[in-house]
Amino acid sequence: MSLTNETVGQKLIERFGEAILGDEQQYDFRIWTVKREKIYEIIQYLYHEPGLEYQFLTTLCGIHYPDNAPDKTMCIMYQLHNLPKNHRIRLKVFFSENDKVMPSITAIFRTSNWMEREAYDFYGVVFKGHPNLKKILNMEEQTVFPLLKYFPLEDPTRDDKDDTMFGRKMFNA
Amino acid sequence: MSNKAITEPIKEEKEYSTLNLGPTHPATHGIFQNVLKMDGEIIMDSDATIGYIHRAFEKIAERRPYYQITTLTDRLNYCSSPINNMGWEMTVEKLLGVEIPKRVDYMRVIVMEMARLADHIVCNTVIGVDTGALSGFVYMFQWREKIYEFYEEICGARLTTNIGRIGGFERDFTDKTWKQIDEFLEEFPRILKEFEGLLMRNRIFMDRTKGAGPIAADLALNYGFTGPNLRAAGVDYDVRVMNPYSSYQDFDFIVPVGTKGDTYDRFLVRQEEMWQSMSIIKQAVQKLQSMPPGPHHADVPEFYLPPKQDVYNNMEALIYHFKVIMGELEVPKGEVYHSVEGGNGELGFYLISDGGRSPFRLHFRRPCFIYYQGYADMIKGSMLSDAILTLSSMNVIAGELDA
Repeated sequence: MSLTNETVGQKLIERFGEAILGDEQQYDFRIWTVKREKIYEIIQYLYHEPGLEYQFLTTLCGIHYPDNAPDKTMCIMYQLHNLPKNHRIRLKVFFSENDKVMPSITAIFRTSNWMEREAYDFYGVVFKGHPNLKKILNMEEQTVFPLLKYFPLEDPTRDDKDDTMFGRKMFNA
Repeated sequence: MSNKAITEPIKEEKEYSTLNLGPTHPATHGIFQNVLKMDGEIIMDSDATIGYIHRAFEKIAERRPYYQITTLTDRLNYCSSPINNMGWEMTVEKLLGVEIPKRVDYMRVIVMEMARLADHIVCNTVIGVDTGALSGFVYMFQWREKIYEFYEEICGARLTTNIGRIGGFERDFTDKTWKQIDEFLEEFPRILKEFEGLLMRNRIFMDRTKGAGPIAADLALNYGFTGPNLRAAGVDYDVRVMNPYSSYQDFDFIVPVGTKGDTYDRFLVRQEEMWQSMSIIKQAVQKLQSMPPGPHHADVPEFYLPPKQDVYNNMEALIYHFKVIMGELEVPKGEVYHSVEGGNGELGFYLISDGGRSPFRLHFRRPCFIYYQGYADMIKGSMLSDAILTLSSMNVIAGELDA
């Protein structure tokens, strides 16, 4: 059976049923939105199941959607790749930014070690089960999580430069 | 006599010494720190600290229009910055659905393969330097200057090139550029052969590098290795072959693969890739000479600046010029991921656009960041000098590590 988006979707829904909340096609990737409670098992299933075998984690990153519904403002995106059959898929998990906890997948993919540390550093998402969750790119003394949309890029109290002529507003609007 | 790793578990009662392979160390090519726990001269464990050159690209990119982000991508892997520039432009073109003419694709291939040559020259000569052979480094860098002069002729800059625009190139290749390419293709093979003769079958070099920092293929895949480091371990994953971009499917080249994944294999894989890059450039030049002359950019006036004479005479061109510079662009909403084969592996750009003038979220999949995690495992049980060699053969570039 060849590996296509439809066969993967079918197998996922057969096995996990209502944990698969939906899917969409963006350019050349099929994205499945899944529930946070089952993400570890889903990735394990995708890794080990003969016929699927997505054994390469291309990347993992956090995304902040402040305009979404309150229980879907924070997102973690996983991108998996089946190298022999050259098929790539994307998984997204949405959760509330007041409850930024996720299971760590370092036991399946060693490469997610530093990727999850980067997501913690930038967004404050705590990965349960991570062997060494501390900041990786910023200084340890830093207490804010910079890539959240509320954190301004430039100093908002400056009044000596005015970027409105260039279409830029002061805050991240 | 080989550099076999000595694998002993860490004993509680034994006293180990700590060595700080500090952030500013002449042998670590870049700024990253490794605190080594050593038993005499054998390394038992290591703890890495990175982030000394973190410049918050992903945050800055959320406030810059699309054409200004090209300057940020320059500074990722600064040894081969044209590849990063082209990768970013191709990502935006994928988002917009722009059709690029073949001529532009072939010109991009020439620039990207020159950049790959520049990156591999750095890595291979530096492996030589770390074993003590400085002559190869100085000799080859004379020829790396020719690549910098080639960039200067195309875009005006040597290191942080900002080559290309969304849709193609800012100007066509001049006659001087074609002459530079021809001279380079004629003279460089002889120089590369001399460099090979210095190191490749040199008894001392082979003794130093064989068995230093090996990694098995399945462990490398689990660590997310890509590029020459993964190919040296035996897996032939090359983004140019698997998901071809910029008409790479029209070219005929081999992907070299090693067996053991140690420093000697990485050296050989990069060496062979340099020969393959030169063959690709030669094929591209032949293809371009047999094609009729054409435009050096795609026809996308909303994103590509119109020629200046038109701006002064034509109302439409004036409006487009204003809109492009001010960043008032109409970009479709969506998310796109595009990856290119950088000097170190799969360099990916994950772009989420919300229709505004700057990206909603831009994430760089940086190969150096991902495979540097494996360094601790690769040097367990080896001696300090092998650890230095492994580090330089992995070609960790600080700009791409931290972004």
